[in-house]
Amino acid sequence: MPSDRFRAKNENSRKVFLVTFLPPTIWLILFLLAPILIIIVYSFSQKVGLINIEVNWVSDNYWRAADPIYLKIFAKSFYIAGITTFLCLVISFPVALAITKIRQDWKLIILVLLMLPFWINLLIRTYALIAVLRTRGFLNSGFEWIAAHLGLRFEPIQFLYNDTAIIIGLVYIHLPFMILPIYAGLEGFDETLKQAAEDLGSSSMQVYRHIVFPLIRPSIFAGCMLVFIPALGSYLTPELLGGTDGQLIANVIERQFKHANDWPFGAALSMVLIYVTCGVIAAWLLVAKRKES
Amino acid sequence: MTTFKNKRFSRRGFLAGTGMLAAGISLPSSLLKASGSSTLNFYNWDTYIGETTLSDFKSSSGIDVKMDLFSDNDELFGKLRAGNPGYDLIVPSSDFVERMIIADMLSPLDDNAIPNRVNVEPTFLDVGFDPGRRYSLPYMWGTMGIGYRKSKVDGTPDSWKWLLDSSKYRGKIALLSEAGDVLGAAFKYMGHPLNTTDPKIITQAEQLLIKQKPNIKVFAPDNGQDLLLSGEVDLAMEWNGDILQVMEEDPDISYVVPKEGSVVWEDALAIPKGAPNPQNAHKFINFLLGAEAGAAIAEFIQYATPNVAAKKLMPEEYKNNPAIFPSDTTLKSCESSIYKGEEAVRLYDEAWTRVLAA
Repeated sequence: MPSDRFRAKNENSRKVFLVTFLPPTIWLILFLLAPILIIIVYSFSQKVGLINIEVNWVSDNYWRAADPIYLKIFAKSFYIAGITTFLCLVISFPVALAITKIRQDWKLIILVLLMLPFWINLLIRTYALIAVLRTRGFLNSGFEWIAAHLGLRFEPIQFLYNDTAIIIGLVYIHLPFMILPIYAGLEGFDETLKQAAEDLGSSSMQVYRHIVFPLIRPSIFAGCMLVFIPALGSYLTPELLGGTDGQLIANVIERQFKHANDWPFGAALSMVLIYVTCGVIAAWLLVAKRKES
Repeated sequence: MTTFKNKRFSRRGFLAGTGMLAAGISLPSSLLKASGSSTLNFYNWDTYIGETTLSDFKSSSGIDVKMDLFSDNDELFGKLRAGNPGYDLIVPSSDFVERMIIADMLSPLDDNAIPNRVNVEPTFLDVGFDPGRRYSLPYMWGTMGIGYRKSKVDGTPDSWKWLLDSSKYRGKIALLSEAGDVLGAAFKYMGHPLNTTDPKIITQAEQLLIKQKPNIKVFAPDNGQDLLLSGEVDLAMEWNGDILQVMEEDPDISYVVPKEGSVVWEDALAIPKGAPNPQNAHKFINFLLGAEAGAAIAEFIQYATPNVAAKKLMPEEYKNNPAIFPSDTTLKSCESSIYKGEEAVRLYDEAWTRVLAA
């Protein structure tokens, strides 16, 4: 009977669905949704004494987070993350394009080299960067050596402990997150489209502007998100490379959970960061959609 | 020999601490809930015990000590605030002892079970953060001060002025990065008590620091000694133990406690509430306060011991090292940090946020 067969098939696909989607769903509920819910509850709570937290659904923590001092730090975090994303994009596009052009057997090696730093702990890489950038670091020694050979006087450049150092650190860490999606987008790109445009008289600039960029926009968007969001919440890089005004919002949040011992306020700041990040992504998607239509 | 040298003094395991923060998790505790009565779970700072202390204790008492490590007081406090996961003995610093007493996280000590209490220097037996020493006994102590590069500094920079109120060493200064430490130094410089909670004075200290900011290179999260060693800065506000570490590597580096006074810190032995083996913890405290064990620890980690009997066994070069034991007049100007209440903690943090954002 056809209806029986249909039911059996349906039953089967339901099992497949459960087996494939249930574990990740449970995982996400337990380890993403539940913790965020706990943070939301904390953010509407109040600290009582040293270790107790009373859930009384007050919005005081959010009002406190709206103080200009914290807004300023939020703004700075966005600014730093924005510049990081922009620089990563500008550097990544030519690199990704170059990788698509090289011989197949070299490609693999280059891609492995790109991913190799992920095997090294972020902290170790940041310390390595300090060794490169500091006053008597490798970079300044290199410059000094060149200057000495040219017979010039050389004053070491202060690369470290300022906002530029934070941005250098963030770009260095996040670059692969931008290169890989853009490379994936370009690799799957249909070359005949380019040839068609060129045959019809487009300059190579025009080909990129009107054909390539619009078609790989999803890859660029993915890359930007993969860089922007972690850069916005970066903690270690500003802590170690930043100067006297190098604190970003994550550093303020960390202090609330540790030294300032104010979990509800730290939770409120974290939630504001999450809300604003979601808002930015939503706005970005909306703009992209309007452009398409 | 080099590995030995590098291993010492690293009580504040900065790298490990930040590494854990970087990963966003703390390492799973290696702790198995104490089984049987012949074990002891000890939660200590990194490299903060003698090389053979634990095995010596085992052979004298038959008790197996399992040691876990923490890298700062906040981590220790965080781990225990939701309930003791099974530790018998912990080593919080001065004001955190008081915090934990107030939060009802410590068990009172039974002095009768610790006959070696008599070895503790009398000045350590009554302290502000634990009056009458009901909950804790001192393990090691030290000071906060200025580490400096002798060849780059005029004379001895024995005043906070050079760090907090002068452009003489512009761009060559590193301060610590915790609100209480930096504000405390500013209070001492301005002639106020270390544990000031007066909002007006906190604001004055905040303004002093904002004014000084252009001259400061970095607020170093406890790695001022590395900055000093690598020539990045010439003056660093730091803990004496950290500077001692680099003094051993570079004879051009020295340490001074400013004449206005500073923080004298102490790490104390305490038993957290809910400890599975409190008797063993008492035995171990008594062992640590013994002459030989105390001397062996001091010999290895080179911090100042409050244990008179142990100090007697130590060589002159240790006892006379001013970076380990400051003079009595210097010590008189120093204060220990006490818990200032949640209101003050918040004032400190907000002032510090403004200093960093300015």
